[in-house]
Amino acid sequence: MGWELIVVMVVPLVVGLASWWTPAKLSRVLSLASGLLSFVLALTLIPARSATALSGWLRVDALSVVFMVTVAFLYMTTAVFAAGDLRPGGDKRYLRRFFAGFNLFAWAMLMATAVNGFALLWVAIEITTIISALLVAIEGTDTATEAAWKYVVIASMGLGIALFGTIVLYEAGTVVFGSSYEPFYSELLRAAGRFSPELVRLSFVLAVLGFGTKMGLVPLHTWLPDAHSEAPTAVSALLSGALLAVSFYAILRFYQVSIRTLGPAFPRDILLGFGLASLVLSSLSLANQRDLKRLFAYSSIEHMGVLAVGMSFSTRIAVVGVLLHVLAHAAAKSTAFFGAGSVTNTFGTKDMRRIRGGTAALPWSGPMLLLAVLGLSAMPPFGLFRSEFLIVSGGLTDPKDAVAAVLLVLGSAATLGLSWFASQTMLTPAGRRPPSGTGVRGSSEELAPAEACPALPGSPPARSSAWIVAAMATGLGALALLGVHPPGVLSGLLERAARELGALR
Amino acid sequence: MLRLATLWTAGVPAVAPAFSPGPSRYSSVTEAITLVVLLTEFAMLRAGLSRSQVRLYAFQSFAVSVLAVFVAANNGIGELYAVAILAFVLKVVVVPAILTRLLRDAYVGLVASHRLRVATMVLIAIVVSVLAFIVIKQLPIRSPSLPTATMGIACAVILVSFLLVILRSDVVSQAVGTFSLGNGIDVANFIIAAGLPLILGVVLLFDLLVAAVVFGLLIRAHHGRARTLSTETLEQLRG
Repeated sequence: MGWELIVVMVVPLVVGLASWWTPAKLSRVLSLASGLLSFVLALTLIPARSATALSGWLRVDALSVVFMVTVAFLYMTTAVFAAGDLRPGGDKRYLRRFFAGFNLFAWAMLMATAVNGFALLWVAIEITTIISALLVAIEGTDTATEAAWKYVVIASMGLGIALFGTIVLYEAGTVVFGSSYEPFYSELLRAAGRFSPELVRLSFVLAVLGFGTKMGLVPLHTWLPDAHSEAPTAVSALLSGALLAVSFYAILRFYQVSIRTLGPAFPRDILLGFGLASLVLSSLSLANQRDLKRLFAYSSIEHMGVLAVGMSFSTRIAVVGVLLHVLAHAAAKSTAFFGAGSVTNTFGTKDMRRIRGGTAALPWSGPMLLLAVLGLSAMPPFGLFRSEFLIVSGGLTDPKDAVAAVLLVLGSAATLGLSWFASQTMLTPAGRRPPSGTGVRGSSEELAPAEACPALPGSPPARSSAWIVAAMATGLGALALLGVHPPGVLSGLLERAARELGALR
Repeated sequence: MLRLATLWTAGVPAVAPAFSPGPSRYSSVTEAITLVVLLTEFAMLRAGLSRSQVRLYAFQSFAVSVLAVFVAANNGIGELYAVAILAFVLKVVVVPAILTRLLRDAYVGLVASHRLRVATMVLIAIVVSVLAFIVIKQLPIRSPSLPTATMGIACAVILVSFLLVILRSDVVSQAVGTFSLGNGIDVANFIIAAGLPLILGVVLLFDLLVAAVVFGLLIRAHHGRARTLSTETLEQLRG
């Protein structure tokens, strides 16, 4: 086994490069095929304990497969969404750039989950930054350029710190391996007990600061709401559901080494601090948002906080919950962004004060957006309810984690506001002011769909299409499946990954 | 575990023996070169022209390439020569050329981009550098290739590059600050991980090249729309 890894590494890259020259119609088909193939191949890796290719430079274990499945699923559903959102016939230059960047972005994220070693992991994540910065700026507006600039500067500085952390970890390994060695995961993990605790402690802090910047942990999150709100919808979905998860994956790789050298106390304290800060700030910020996509961006920060707090509990049940949360968040957030894209295309604005009657204008994607928002608020029967339930249960097993577990519940409860705001936008009939005292204030400039204008450059106004509905239905279906009855093979994968993360109790 | 370590070390090319205190000339030269890298970073803090920023970055990169050659020669790390040559070509020639070309129509003064007075900025940078020395001294780093004291200088370069990005409100300084952060990390790399496999060193450098192109494109897009290199206009998105 291992050829799957090579195919997953080659096909999106080739499709990305080819999209620069091929017509938009063909790029669309190739992207769909590449997304589907990547997802199917990622699924075939689930039962395997590990797979290796290219003399060990590519290697996946249960932990990497969880994240590879997440990225591949989003690659597939986003390609379906883009097929409906960006129709051939629009601005050819825009479509060429979009499909090339989109596939290369997915390729870089898949590569991050497949490479074997800390240095290559850093390289892959740096490539994701470079490509996604261009995608954020692709619409060429003032605000898109501003968001892309902030993103590339802040993320590059963060990744500079992460590279420093990687070098410090390399230095820690020289005690065992000598001056020159390949920093492969499995070898470093086997020898981690003999590393210098001071160096591993420093490398973990640097990794959390560096990759935490890309993950959107507070206070390193400032680029995130801007980039997520200004990027094209398909890119916002990938940024939120996949890129943040991949950055979290990088932190988990350092976490694996750290707990073997230092024990669980130090890594969990660091993650708990960042996680709680993210939960609190995002919950407070959600109430002030007027931009639909920014609302979802802050929701992403909240969910990254949940992941960090969940890992700090470090019990088996909590870690399984964290990994399930990664999958469920990807499904829910991508669906929510797809719905937001439909709303934006239909109403020509992202300002929630100006949008009314969403479900009437979008009879399919409108209700599905509402369901996705309920899912994001961790309502049953969706996957995020199950995952947060597992995380809180894991936290409550240890009395000293109980306070954090309660805070996590309160933080999640605060995000019910997300459902309230979105419901106002979607359910309030056009022309009617919402009740006073709600987060969404009425506006004399409210827009009904008839006043809508196209939002994407050179693209006909795609209010909603079968492609968009299919992408959202797939995301919702996955979210419901993860909540109601996760497949046994997937549960087994999550258990194995939790064991790899040292969660045995 | 010991067997694993033996297998690994047996399979890698021989690297020079651990750094020894003498001869002091080697220590002095390497410390002098890293100090030049740090002083160049300080110069970037006060540079008033975008052209000067790019030239200072090229000079700093040149100093880093010389350091790499010096470390390679003194410690017999053949692979480091290749990294040094590539670093010279990309960081001293190609990246500055790309930035210069993209900024051809935008050569304007950046004096107004200092968020604080120059003297205040330099004082902050000095305090930050001293802090870097104090913190690094506490770490058990045993360099096989360079005097461990240079690690403090490398960290100071990294921290001052952060200041450059924070305290200058123009896109050229912020881009150059990001690239010079890479130079600081390179120095740290030579000190504690000089044996990092060649392929990774090459990948990291090409990564920088692509990043430079992306930064350049965004700078051009910003200048094309706002007719300024200042980041003061990039403040529409808030909350």
